[in-house]
Amino acid sequence: MGVGVSLEPSKVVPAPAARVAPIAEVNVGLGAAIRGAMGSFTVPAGAFVVALLLFGVFIAITGRNPLAVYYQMYRGSFGTAFSIQNTLVRAAPLMLTALATALPLRLGLVGLGGEGAMVLGGLGAAAAAVFMGGSVGGHSPMAVKCAMLVAGAAIGGVWIAFAGALRAFRGVNETICTLLLNYIAIALLNHIVEGPLRDPASLNKPSTLPIGDDNMIGNLPGMDVHWGLAWGVGACLLTWVLMNRTTFGFAARMVGGNVRAALLNGLPVGRLIVVATFIGGACAGLAGSIEVAAIHGTANASLVTGYGYTGVLVAFIARGNPLAVIPVSLLLGGIGASGGLLQRVFDLPDATVNVLQGILFLSILFSETFYGRSLKELGLFKRRPTPAAPPPALQKQPPAVEGAL
Amino acid sequence: MMMRSRTENTAPTSTSTYHRTRNAFRIVSIAALALAASSLPSSPLTSRAVAAPPTTVGFIYVGPKTDYGYNQAHAEGAAALAKVPGVKIREEEMVPETVAVQKTMESMINLDGATLLFPTSFGYFDPHILKEAQKNPKVTFLHCGGLYVPGKHPENVGSYFGYIDEAQYVAGIVAGLTTKSNKLGFIAAKPIPQVLRNINSYTLGARSVNPKATTSVIFTGDWSMPVKEAEAANSLIDQGVDVLTSHVDSPKVLTELAERRGVFVTGYHANQSALAPKGYLTGAEWNWGKVYKDYFEWLQAGKSYPHLLRGGLKEGFVKMSPYGKAVSAATKKKADDAKAKFMAGTMVIYKGPIKDNTGKVVIPAGTEEKQTDVALEKMDYLVEGVVGKTH
Repeated sequence: MGVGVSLEPSKVVPAPAARVAPIAEVNVGLGAAIRGAMGSFTVPAGAFVVALLLFGVFIAITGRNPLAVYYQMYRGSFGTAFSIQNTLVRAAPLMLTALATALPLRLGLVGLGGEGAMVLGGLGAAAAAVFMGGSVGGHSPMAVKCAMLVAGAAIGGVWIAFAGALRAFRGVNETICTLLLNYIAIALLNHIVEGPLRDPASLNKPSTLPIGDDNMIGNLPGMDVHWGLAWGVGACLLTWVLMNRTTFGFAARMVGGNVRAALLNGLPVGRLIVVATFIGGACAGLAGSIEVAAIHGTANASLVTGYGYTGVLVAFIARGNPLAVIPVSLLLGGIGASGGLLQRVFDLPDATVNVLQGILFLSILFSETFYGRSLKELGLFKRRPTPAAPPPALQKQPPAVEGAL
Repeated sequence: MMMRSRTENTAPTSTSTYHRTRNAFRIVSIAALALAASSLPSSPLTSRAVAAPPTTVGFIYVGPKTDYGYNQAHAEGAAALAKVPGVKIREEEMVPETVAVQKTMESMINLDGATLLFPTSFGYFDPHILKEAQKNPKVTFLHCGGLYVPGKHPENVGSYFGYIDEAQYVAGIVAGLTTKSNKLGFIAAKPIPQVLRNINSYTLGARSVNPKATTSVIFTGDWSMPVKEAEAANSLIDQGVDVLTSHVDSPKVLTELAERRGVFVTGYHANQSALAPKGYLTGAEWNWGKVYKDYFEWLQAGKSYPHLLRGGLKEGFVKMSPYGKAVSAATKKKADDAKAKFMAGTMVIYKGPIKDNTGKVVIPAGTEEKQTDVALEKMDYLVEGVVGKTH
């Protein structure tokens, strides 16, 4: 041809680029749902396995056989029918006290007030029974039991809601507030049990007047576990429905996700915080009333057992999901149940169980990073090098002009 | 995740004996098994005499075994029982006074085959031991400190305790003669009758040899509060107190503090002289080994045992720690004289007239309240010479 610019577009062969799927494709559909559910299960399960392995290393350092320890832990927690009952009895209060931390966690608040709410709930239940005259007051056992449970739940709820209100309306850090309120609650319990409500016949162990044998909560039919277990499971289910299937729950989770967005949307953030903390505290208070009504029959210093703090652990391992609180409570109940066997068979100190709980807690925290990511993204597997295909920027373009100048 | 602070665990010398005993048991049982296995094919089965399996005895403590206090005293008694042939002991520590102890007892009965249980903390009695005793009528439950009422409580339950206030009386004599400032200090947990009895006996003992001595009492509010106990000890020492004693679960913290600050201390529950080599004068200790061995012998022989067992210095339920370096010879003589009177059964601590520290007469002249007197179990006053209030 003659002189001129070729009108043919130069042939640019695009390099085979890595195919990046658009976001919309990845996160919907059955595959995504299964991946999500698997992630919620595999990640904590993996963390638990890692925690057990680290615990095995710790046991080996102390000179015992880790496999024997694992076997005794299994035997003590789920190995015999008796062990299962033991685990269930220990898990029952944990399910309720965990909710005092789990519910505010969905709103982005870290509350540690389960212990104080539980203790005051137990005191409230015993006080209600005393007020209604115990077994000689003439009220039916059902009325007394209802009064005890309602009183305990109400007092526990008000206690944590107080901390929630301070947070919502005065910006007080709820973690410190609830933690310090625990000490106040324990001191109040000791003061009232040894003073105004003291049973004069309880000489060497100051307690309130006994509630009476008729007013004690019995066992579930056919089991050695009291009804508190059923209420614990029920409370977890109800709060899950509340948080995930109601508009209140949606609003609460929005507050937890982005408080400013919630405010800008006109949500009553302060009211949501107070109500959520009240419900969480009411569950912990219910745990205290069940302790009094099903186990002790009176309120005294034995109510201060640390269930509240173990409940905090349960809530964090369950990541604030009330449904997950149930299996995690069973897990921690099982660990606690097997602790006694570890002491007796291997002469290990009681703190060994705390070591396992701590390792488990840390392991769960570190596993937070794995949620929602595939193994490839985490770089856990080396990508096999694909056959040489230089990127488009470096590819030489064929000369546009053919021909002599 | 327990938020109670715990004192450090230091292993006392007694557990090495337990370990040696336990290891010896293991070696002997393995050797016996090997012997039996090697002789099995050749001998007829009928002519072998089978040794009775050892009785498993369970011990349950509310705190750590190495607390230099209440729980260690029981652990030392358990170690003494472990030396008796035919006994295998199982111990569990840090069991709270809640449903956990019921499950521990059931676990020892079901999984370890225990037939005799010693749950040692006061709060285990009602409702936990009573409930388990009804569920397991073939197992014997012996509780420390409970008030067993025949007819009301099940037949397979018993309770025992010691009159350790007799030992505190003698310790008070030593304290009263060693103090230079005439100010004694008492760090107590709760103002319940058992504690008030110790405070009063200590003061009565001190004032019987030194009428100018006073005892300042601080109640910490609970059985195991190391920080409060340390603060109370510091506060008392700042006020001029130069002999400290206590009634808390673990006197470890205040004993170490007293030694650091150079004041004297008399011990309680167990022997803390290792923690205070210079300042430890003497101490009121439990001697549970004797009680446990007695119970075991009675049960092995099938004899009926007393369901409400009490004893003092004379019966060997309590004992005094050896005297420390700072105790003078004259003081030792006075203390030994008092001890001899207890052994002879002629000493009565609560002999009228006794006034409380508000001036009211609580035991009139001519009245004697012997150790078994029920009125002493309801004590609610502090005697003259005690600086402090019961509420």
